[in-house]
Parts: sequence; C-alpha cells; structure tokens
Amino acid sequence: MAGAAVLGRLTWLATEVIGATAETPRVRTLQLQAESWPGHRAGQHLDVRLTAEDGYQAFRSYSIATAPDDELAITVERLDDGEVSPYLVDELREGDRIEVRGPIGGYFVWDGSERGPLLLIGGGSGIVPLMAMIRHRAGSGSSTPTRLLYSSRTLEDVIYQEELDELAARRNGFELFHTLTRSQPAGWTGYGRRIDGEMLRDVAWPAAEEPQVFICGSTRFVDTAADSLVALGYEPPSVKTERFGATG
Amino acid sequence: MSIISRGFRGRRSEGPPERVPPGQHLTDDFPVLSAGPTPHTPLEEWTFTIEGGAEPVSWSWDEFRELPSETVTVDIHCVTRWSKLDTVWEGVSVDTLLDRVEHDASYLLAFCDGGYTTNLPLEHVTDGKAWVAFNYGGEPLEPEHGGPARLLVPHLYFWKSAKWVRGLALRDEDEPGFWESNGYHLLGDPWQEQRYWGD
Repeated sequence: MAGAAVLGRLTWLATEVIGATAETPRVRTLQLQAESWPGHRAGQHLDVRLTAEDGYQAFRSYSIATAPDDELAITVERLDDGEVSPYLVDELREGDRIEVRGPIGGYFVWDGSERGPLLLIGGGSGIVPLMAMIRHRAGSGSSTPTRLLYSSRTLEDVIYQEELDELAARRNGFELFHTLTRSQPAGWTGYGRRIDGEMLRDVAWPAAEEPQVFICGSTRFVDTAADSLVALGYEPPSVKTERFGATG
Repeated sequence: MSIISRGFRGRRSEGPPERVPPGQHLTDDFPVLSAGPTPHTPLEEWTFTIEGGAEPVSWSWDEFRELPSETVTVDIHCVTRWSKLDTVWEGVSVDTLLDRVEHDASYLLAFCDGGYTTNLPLEHVTDGKAWVAFNYGGEPLEPEHGGPARLLVPHLYFWKSAKWVRGLALRDEDEPGFWESNGYHLLGDPWQEQRYWGD
C-alpha cells in the first residue's frame, strides 16, 4: 500500500520556493521543490518549520494542494492575527527556502481505487486537500463521478476558481456547485447561503450509491455538513472529516 | 541544522518552557479535531464497559455518574501543535474503574462511538494519570468535544484522550488504534515529540 512509503522516520527537508501564486487577496499557493520528497497521497498534509535568526522556531500544518504525480505545493490562507500564515502569504519569495516534514495522515486520503462516487464538501481554504483529490482524479484519467460543493464568502474568495471551472467544463463526471455566503454578484446562479440540509439533499449523491465523502472546513461547517449527510442516510464511517481551528 | 527563514521573527507566544512541550504553541481556543461525524448517543442508551478482564464490567450513565469523581486542572497538547494550559475537567479516575475489574493486562484499547479506537499501555492510565471526563470548565462536555464522556490522558498527545469513549478493552499486547494505524506514534509522548511513526 502507498502508506508504507511513510513508515520510516519523517525528517525535515529543505525546500525551495519555486513559485508563488496569489489565489485570492488572502490566499497564496507556494510551489516547493524538495530534494528528496518521498511522495504523497491526495489529501495528506505536511508540517512547515520556520526558524528566526536567533533560533526561535514556529511550526504549522498545511494541506498539500497537488496531486501525487505533480510538483509539491501548499495553499495558505492568511489569518491576520496568525504567526506563520502572514509570513507565508506576504513575505516569502521565490528562491527562499523553508523546511517541511511529511507527508502526514493516512485517513483523509483518496487514492482513486475506492468504490463509489466521490462527494467533496469544502468551506473556504478547506478546499485545499479536496483540490488535491480533484487534481488526482483529473491527472489519472479517473472516471469516478465526483461532485464538489464549495462554500466561499464572496466570489473574490473562491480559490482555484479558473481551474475548477475548466475542469467542470470538461463534462467528464466532475460537477461543481458553489455557494457564496456573504455576497453574490449580479446574475449569480449558484447558491447564496450557508450550507444546510436542503442544499446537501440537492447536491449529495443518494446514500444508496455508497459515496465516499470528504468534508473539510471550519468546525461549524464540517458539523453541519456531516450531520446533514447522516440525516440523509449516509453511513458515518463513509463520511471523513477534517476540521481546522484558527491556529495561525 | 535548520535553515534560517529570511525575515521571519515570530511572535514567541510559547509560554513557560516547563509547561509547553517542544514544537507546540499556546492557544486560548479549543480547536476541534475528529475524523468523522459527531455521534449523538442518548444518555439512556449510553454505557461504559471494560472488557478483557475475568468478567466484563459495565455501567449505565446513572451508575457511572454515581462513581466517585475528581476535578483536575491539566495542560493539554494536541499533535497539530497547539497546547492549552490550565484546562479544568471533572471525571472518574481510570483507577476507580479498573478497581472493579480482575485482570492482569498490560495494555488497553479504548473504543468509542463512531468506531474510533486508541491504544495505551496500562501504566500510562493508572496511578492518577487518566480519567473518563464528563465535565469541562464546570459544564457538561459538549458533543463536539467528546461528550457525554471522553478519555482524558493529559500527559500524552490529545488524540489519546478519545472522544465519545464507551469502554476499554484490556489486552496483553499493544494493538494500534485508529490514528496509530494511520501514521501516528504508538505512544505519543509530547515531551519526546512522538508525533509520527518512527519519531
């Protein structure tokens, strides 16, 4: 199994920032080149270590944004009172080096061989590990029927917007559903409210199709989505969740 | 040898070094981490069971709440790198529960609503080191934080403090639980930074 690749001790690896892309005003993707990255599965995360000149260190975990076969990248949202994320989003430049350790986590992963359609539910930067799965699906030529329900505050806050639109336009079994919770542009045809049971009843596959579900977002977002799916008859073990607290 | 991160100063909110393990930072929040939907077992259906001894022993919610409880103030440390100091819990000591069971086990596997499990050496949950907690901060433990009751093993990373715990299976051998089968350390001592396999 692919997880066996992480059986050894995970060591800190020096990586070079080889690309930095603004996804939204608050979110940036950092492409990292590591000398000996052991590879990862879609949905896993890594730890970042920053070291100040006097030796002080800070550590945070970030989801990996890219498919297993692609260059390593993380996507980071700036938390204004955070310690690490403002540095990663605003300060770090191409050519800088940061240290990472990973990949981490063997549960919130989708390898492409699992049975059943895929239901992905993301809130805000909770899209990141789901995007790794969507990219893996596209890159591996998978035909797994896949639906993404993606909640953002405004259209400006939608991460990976063009790429998601392009993938949905291929009409090869990937369907995209947006909801914008704070404001919607004129002529908006997606949802315009926080996710709720009715929205999930519209979007979710029937429970009888035994979908694989991955939900990532804030605690309240994840609880609402997971509780609604259980109420729709989903088996709790099929609903995999990852919640982020604002830990900067 | 670490690489210096150009221009990074950090905020240095580490807290007292004798209370915050390496690689952790303090939080005032109580972030929630769980792998699936939050279970909602009604108290009238809730039981706590210890298996693997001479006889299985089980308590209903009312019986469990009649056991002597303790209020403890402890620091907790999550493997996702936050620590929280001076958290106040009320619960039944695992010593109190194991007193009712005849056994010669060396390990246990805690099992929970939702299918979560976590493994622990018995010496890490006895002699006042672990509780089955039902109150947090003087209030009944909320479902998102593991209510009605969760294991509390504050000297190990917090994934060992299994939410929605329903019992302990006593074992002769150490058997990896849920996160321990998914890349996380078998024991999880934060002072040794035992986060992942091989640490």
